[in-house]
Amino acid sequence: MDHHTMSLTLQVWRQQNANARGKFVTYKVDDISPEMSFLEMFDVLNEKLVNEGSEPIAFDHDCREGICGSCSMHINGRPHGPWAATTVCQLHMRAFHDGDTIVVEPWRANAFPVVKDLVVDRSAFDRIIQAGGYISVNTGNAVDANATPIEKTHADAAFAAAACIGCGACVAACKNSSAMLFMSAKVAHLSLLPQGAPERKSRVLDMVAQMDKEGFGSCTFTEACEAVCPKEISVTNISRLNAEYLVAGLTVDK
Amino acid sequence: MAFTGLFLISFLVVHAGLNACIFNDLPVFDENDNGDMFNRAAHFMGSSYVIRIMEIGLFAGIILHIVQGFALEAKNRSRRSVGYKVNLGNRGSKWYSRSMGLLGTLLLLFLIMHVAHFWVPSRFNGLEEVEGKNYHNLFQRMVDVFQSPLVVILYVLGCISLAYHLLHGFQSAFRTLGLQNKRYIVLVQGLGTAFSIVVPFVFALMPIAFYFKWIG
Ligand code: HEM
Ligand code: SF4
Ligand code: FES
Repeated sequence: MDHHTMSLTLQVWRQQNANARGKFVTYKVDDISPEMSFLEMFDVLNEKLVNEGSEPIAFDHDCREGICGSCSMHINGRPHGPWAATTVCQLHMRAFHDGDTIVVEPWRANAFPVVKDLVVDRSAFDRIIQAGGYISVNTGNAVDANATPIEKTHADAAFAAAACIGCGACVAACKNSSAMLFMSAKVAHLSLLPQGAPERKSRVLDMVAQMDKEGFGSCTFTEACEAVCPKEISVTNISRLNAEYLVAGLTVDK
Repeated sequence: MAFTGLFLISFLVVHAGLNACIFNDLPVFDENDNGDMFNRAAHFMGSSYVIRIMEIGLFAGIILHIVQGFALEAKNRSRRSVGYKVNLGNRGSKWYSRSMGLLGTLLLLFLIMHVAHFWVPSRFNGLEEVEGKNYHNLFQRMVDVFQSPLVVILYVLGCISLAYHLLHGFQSAFRTLGLQNKRYIVLVQGLGTAFSIVVPFVFALMPIAFYFKWIG
């Protein structure tokens, strides 16, 4: 592998707090190696800012291995940056070229208010999960894995939906700021499995009600969410959610 | 949205089929038809009470769809007060999928002009009747209206808006209603694409055919 380094220009959204007016600030970074991750490049920049006595850029991150859903940067117009099926933490600087200008923005949606700089408050997702994204199980010893028969296609579809890491890129990409891809992944995951059957109807109704309360928009099937989802959650889950919602709404007991 | 949209699609089938009767005047079919087949069909549509009641349903459906459409568009737009500096644009979705509100508004403007051209005079002002028959000569009305190149261009633009509105709307409506079987989705997408091209094309041919005197 060749070992060149890059000099880049970053335009980063800076905002002191939720109520402050934010603005873009331009930074130059040098000696960036293509093996670095995008977040490591931010670490380098922040170290420089700290050494200069200025405030580092706030951004969310945790696992840095694509599984927690914390990282959330809108890079050159695309949530999680240019690579398909990749979170920001897994995005490498070899995706860019020497001399590039990179625009970095926070997720934009009224349901995800900016906390500081690139950090947004995604607790709306937590409240949607609390509204119905759970199952009732007996505590005690773990049940034998083969005790509950599950049809293979359902198991596979549920597993694919369960891959959602709750990052919110779908909301960030959607022109309507709709959370339907996230919602549908959670509903599909649980309603496809026998363990999810007891709350099947109330789950979808309660979660959708909470989603509306949080101020997300409605789905109009532009499919931008699927295009940017780092876990490649399919919009077909949204059809499934709609069907679940329709049936539950028409047949619910209360 | 999906229910009213599909209802309007079903209307389009009837409307396109009926109006296509004008093409019976083409030399390959019956050069001496002079719109008789169309006028008789239009008269049938204007004379029965069943159709009159359906007409009320149609207007209600259109108005409901428009009100829902504007409300949805306004609500969804209000959910992001601060926009992006760089947008995802065509990298994530088709421009017409993102422009249903705009395309719908163009259709609304078109519909106002269209209703004023044909429905209002036929229903209220009384059009000239076909000689010896007691029904309106809507065919002649089409001949007259489509003399103006401006009107023809506006109609063709209306048909193009319709094509793109349907290209998104047809398949979206089915998914809104919960269609999830992959094979059916592919089928509906294929059908929707064909429908969105064929129906507006047939409509667009009408003003063009009159203007260039292929019929009339
Ligand atoms: C010829 C008449 C029309 C037909 C056949 C038609 C058909 C449809 C269909 C099938 C849908 C999809 C429903 C869904 O996704 O759930 C739709 C959506 C929509 N229509 Fe229409 N429409 C017509 C006229 C209009 C007009 C006049 C407006 C005026 C504002 C309008 C605005 C909308 C909007 C905003 C949507 C939803 C956006 C979306 O799903 O992305 N439509 N239409
Ligand atoms: S559906 Fe995809 S984009 Fe949306 S929250 Fe889940 S992982 Fe992130
Ligand atoms: S930091 Fe955990 S997914 Fe990126």
